[in-house]
Amino acid sequence: MLNIKKGITVLGTKAVEFIRYIGALTIFVGEIGFWLFHPPFRFKQVMRQTARMGASSLPIISLISLFIGMVLALQSAYQMQKIQAEMYIASLVALSVIREIGPVLTALIVAGRCGAAITAEIGTMKVTEQIDALETLATNPINYLVVPRFWALLISLVTLTIYANFIGMVGGYIVGVAKLRIPHHMYIKMTFEPLRQSDMRNGLYKSFVFAIVICIIACFEGMRAKEGAEGVGKATTSSVVRSFVLIIACDCFLTALMYFIGR
Amino acid sequence: MIEIINLCKSFNGRKVLNNLNLTINTGETTVIIGRSGCGKSVLLKHIIGLLKPDEGQVFVDGKDITRLSNKALSQIRMKFGMLFQGSALFDSLSVWENVAFGMLEHDNKKKSDVIGRVRECLSIVDLRNVEEFKPAELSGGMRKRVGLARAICMKPEIILYDEPTTGVDPITGDAVNDLIRNLHDKLKVTALAVTHDMTSAYKIADKIAMLYDGKIITVGTPDEIKNTSDPVVKQFISGEAEGPITRGGEDHG
Ligand SMILES: Nc1ncnc2c1ncn2[C@@H]1O[C@H](COP(=O)(O)OP(=O)(O)OP(=O)(O)O)[C@@H](O)[C@H]1O
Ligand SMILES: [Mg+2]
Repeated sequence: MLNIKKGITVLGTKAVEFIRYIGALTIFVGEIGFWLFHPPFRFKQVMRQTARMGASSLPIISLISLFIGMVLALQSAYQMQKIQAEMYIASLVALSVIREIGPVLTALIVAGRCGAAITAEIGTMKVTEQIDALETLATNPINYLVVPRFWALLISLVTLTIYANFIGMVGGYIVGVAKLRIPHHMYIKMTFEPLRQSDMRNGLYKSFVFAIVICIIACFEGMRAKEGAEGVGKATTSSVVRSFVLIIACDCFLTALMYFIGR
Repeated sequence: MIEIINLCKSFNGRKVLNNLNLTINTGETTVIIGRSGCGKSVLLKHIIGLLKPDEGQVFVDGKDITRLSNKALSQIRMKFGMLFQGSALFDSLSVWENVAFGMLEHDNKKKSDVIGRVRECLSIVDLRNVEEFKPAELSGGMRKRVGLARAICMKPEIILYDEPTTGVDPITGDAVNDLIRNLHDKLKVTALAVTHDMTSAYKIADKIAMLYDGKIITVGTPDEIKNTSDPVVKQFISGEAEGPITRGGEDHG
């Protein structure tokens, strides 16, 4: 009896906490929406952040996309060789990279690298009262900190996704041509033949949404950080975990949506 | 004029400010004293609208800032300068960008004017050739002085100082006292300073107010405070371990 009571109390507190979180998040999103289109606009900051995010993620994205492209080619070879359809490996790699793996993988890497960095930076500013100081200098923290990072994430994630798609296909090509002995021109032809414009577009829509998710979660968690260094650590962890879950959930939702709309 | 009326604030169910009343006249320097953790910084943050009270009002030049929209609050804040207890410098920016922050954000001044003003502010707080440093490369006392330079840079009408002399050496500390005194005498700045340093308090204050148990228990001129008969104030200013504050229970401390 006691245990049930206790359980319900815990559940109730959690539920209240969750609703509070969602409420605060909604207000936060509203504020971002407002400041996206209200001056001052900070082009210099956007450029600086974009350069930083792009440069910091480029090496790891190159490496991972290359390997994933190769793995995809090898895995599909395992299937396709059974039915003597090796030339379709190219199409398989291209389609899965552009529609799915490229956007999702890039978003996950950027969430882990830039999202975490944003949370740590904003969280540190929060616990050392720098955010308060911004406000006393009559500067809105959302306008000054969040909005430039929003544009920067959007620009860099979309660009990085296009780049990752390309490198992924290069990985497939290397395996296909060098190891599986598919003729060069055949591989190229089979890569681009099945690709439609909507495949590219849907992939980029996804990374668009992912960029928004990463920015909102990373900045929100940073702004909520409290209680010193430990709090910043906690905020960073939950920022990464929450963006990962949300990215995958959004991916599932968007894929379903596009599947049904596309028909 | 700043009027604080029946201000109440609790954190996690613990009352920090409890029906606090205080009036700060224009052009006067008021010093707030009180034990560590009694809510002095919390009080300052209410005056500039960083914290919202549970109850009560804060009037700044007749406007209740607890009820203003963000935009109007921003406008009011242009009148303020604030020195934080932990300096709160922006650590991604250099010293000169920190000091110039307000000007770069809100004025369309020429860059040479901005640099001139920054240099002037830094030399007022006795800092030279540190413009390009990052806050992390400075000592604690230097950071405090950069924070001070940032607070005065926009020539605010009202300045809030949270422990301006803590962590700086006695000579610089006295220079800071002179600075606060000068701003008061020449520019008629309204100031509110929190300090534990009674010498400094006597030197800069027109009025001294003591915060105890969530309330302002005494307000008076430095002379009145020195000759007070209130046992609580007496114990605090003479810094004795034995007395009504410590006997009244540790929970106030
Ligand atoms: N954001 C906060 N969340 C929870 N409690 C807080 C918060 N800010 C302040 N407090 C509590 O309010 C009380 C007063 O804090 P405050 O910082 O105003 O003390 P202070 O008088 O400035 O002390 P000091 O002289 O040491 O700076 C403290 O007990 C502190 O625990
Ligand atoms: Mg304090």
